[in-house]
Amino acid sequence: MDLLKMFGKEPPSKDIAKERLKLILIHDRANVSPQFLELVKGDIIKIISDYAEIDEKGLEIKFTKSGEKGCEVPALVANIPIKKMKEISKY
Amino acid sequence: MGISIVVTSGKGGVGKTTTTANISTGLAMLGKKVVAIDADTGLRNLDLHLGLENRIVYNLVDVVEGVCRLKQALIKDKRYENLYLLPTAQTRDKTAVKPEQMEKLVNELKEEFDYIVIDCPAGIEHGFENAVAGADMAVVVTTPEVSAVRDADRIIGKLEAKGLDNHQLIINRIKYEMTKKGEMLNIDDMTDILAIKLLGIVPEDEKIVISTNRGEPVITDEGAKAGQAYKNIVRRITGEEVPFIDFEDENTGFFSALKKFFFKK
Repeated sequence: MDLLKMFGKEPPSKDIAKERLKLILIHDRANVSPQFLELVKGDIIKIISDYAEIDEKGLEIKFTKSGEKGCEVPALVANIPIKKMKEISKY
Repeated sequence: MGISIVVTSGKGGVGKTTTTANISTGLAMLGKKVVAIDADTGLRNLDLHLGLENRIVYNLVDVVEGVCRLKQALIKDKRYENLYLLPTAQTRDKTAVKPEQMEKLVNELKEEFDYIVIDCPAGIEHGFENAVAGADMAVVVTTPEVSAVRDADRIIGKLEAKGLDNHQLIINRIKYEMTKKGEMLNIDDMTDILAIKLLGIVPEDEKIVISTNRGEPVITDEGAKAGQAYKNIVRRITGEEVPFIDFEDENTGFFSALKKFFFKK
């Protein structure tokens, strides 16, 4: 794809359409709303905070797909930047 | 005992009514006894597609409310004497009929007809619930656009939730010039995304406009590409194995000949 870009050629629009559709359908099918993601995000912060100091602003959580092509499954992917681990010994 | 088929899509304007008119007419052309039901109360159009708009006296709502008998509301087609239309009311809304009433009505018709083809309204509300209530099979119509495919997926989800597992896909208004260039979702893209059985592919065809203008379904036009596509769909519905024609591979015209010359496979 990058090679195509170098020659000033954009990917065919149907590939863009297909990618967009695949992503939106994961959300539609799982019935995942932004509110739901916010709720999950809040709870994750609460739990992880017991063990580590995290960068709440940098926390990213999204609904996507994972697995082999053809048998992809919905996946919840969270990226949680950790500033500092807490003293575990006290637990 | 007949089979009831609902034609649905979620999104409006993808060709549900055109499909209903052509499937019903096509089945009648094969000698089957068919009734086409317009379930789009308040926005009926199947009568126009079949050219029967001037013959409506009673309608589906009248039958349900007991104003007339079912037989009185059935309109015989102009061309095929084994094809009937059950129109709906234009001045009422979707809540005038309940899903249970619709199911009872369809079951009654199944005793006399081989096929009952139901034109579902757009949307996923009351009208949709009514239209699918008595259906044994669903035909989901989509076009190669992101919005239509998304809505089709939603409809498929709804059908599965109802246990209506026999659902098949019609891809309507495909433009092969565009799919060839990769500027339009192709058949594989859509069957891949929606993961349901393909019933047919209907190419974009100006003859659809002409035939709708006249109130004569395009399937009666021997020379129309879309008509041919509908004929194949109808044969598949009756259980016949009909291969899919891949127009994309059809190499005609000067440029493809030139391309073939330079890029020999």
